[in-house]
Amino acid sequence: MCGAIKGGPSLEGVDVQNQAVIQGVVTRDGQPVGNAYVRLLDRTGEFTAEVPTSATGQFRFFAGPGDWTLRTLAPKSVSVDNAVTAATGVVAEVAVAV
Amino acid sequence: MSRESALVTADWVEANLNDPKIVLVEVDEDVEAYDKGHIPGAVKLDWKKDLQDGVRHDFVSKEKLEALLSSKGIANDDTLVFYGGNNNWFAAYAYWYLKYYGHDNLRLLDGGRKKWELDSRELTTDVADRPATTYTAKDADTSIRAYRDEVIEAIGVKNLIDVRSPDEFAGRLLAPAHVPQEAAQIGGHIPTAGNVPWSKAANDDGTFKSDDELKALYADAGLDDAKDTIAYCRIGERSSHTWFVLKEILGHDNVKNYDGSWTEYGSLRGVPVALGDEPGVA
Repeated sequence: MCGAIKGGPSLEGVDVQNQAVIQGVVTRDGQPVGNAYVRLLDRTGEFTAEVPTSATGQFRFFAGPGDWTLRTLAPKSVSVDNAVTAATGVVAEVAVAV
Repeated sequence: MSRESALVTADWVEANLNDPKIVLVEVDEDVEAYDKGHIPGAVKLDWKKDLQDGVRHDFVSKEKLEALLSSKGIANDDTLVFYGGNNNWFAAYAYWYLKYYGHDNLRLLDGGRKKWELDSRELTTDVADRPATTYTAKDADTSIRAYRDEVIEAIGVKNLIDVRSPDEFAGRLLAPAHVPQEAAQIGGHIPTAGNVPWSKAANDDGTFKSDDELKALYADAGLDDAKDTIAYCRIGERSSHTWFVLKEILGHDNVKNYDGSWTEYGSLRGVPVALGDEPGVA
């Protein structure tokens, strides 16, 4: 489906060797932010996907290999950008502080 | 149609929460989102369980829609205000779908659930109690829905707009990047389609851009006002968002949503497919 699942979809049953996963956690003052939105922008800055964070602040994308930007929006915060490089068979972890 | 007749703001929704003839309807891709908290008084439609046939690869029939809306306590003369997650993709899909079956008063909440949450507005887990009605749908309005044969005939003739991300358009991704990249169909796009990602029509908070910005966006993309337009994406919900912009906000006449979209087209034998960032030739 096209839809976003909170925190990103489960890795259960997914052959991670064929995926370029980008995942992480959004925190504010060290505490997880469960009502943030993380969007994945491609190398030209164009929107590719967006997920709301889970109750524990987590998010996950299945990208392609290459350079990406994560843009995080949270209530009462300005948006925060984080650069990340994805590669097939690798899980790229990103810690986002808002 | 116009922005004023098709869109409402979060402030307007808050001011009208107690009007029984205005029904908020949440439609999410994450079908558990409503249960964790929704706008007070809102009813839930599950885009998969409620709106898809379940056997045939199609959405529910007129009769099933009538039974569904009756059970939700929705009357023919109610104003329905749709909202949801993912920048209103599925809310726009439900709006389009109700338009297809002839409901008169339809609105979309600008910014959807995200804007509401980012504004820290009230959410509740209380489920609205609306007595059942007897809802009557009209015959399908086929002027807003495109089928595959019409899409193939439109190559090089009508405006085709692919609203997926550039990487999906070019064939580098098969699905939006929040789902695993596994799909039966091949990658690419319908030849001669322009790529105007749905997201270019929205601000970061999910609200729609201004009329002037939207007009410039599609003019720059080469949309020919003299031609009919067909929008598509992967499964028809992001293209509902663009259909909404062109038809309901900007008031273009002949705009159709191809809800079969790339999952159907990219699985067909023998149809032309273009790869890469350029539209390609007919």
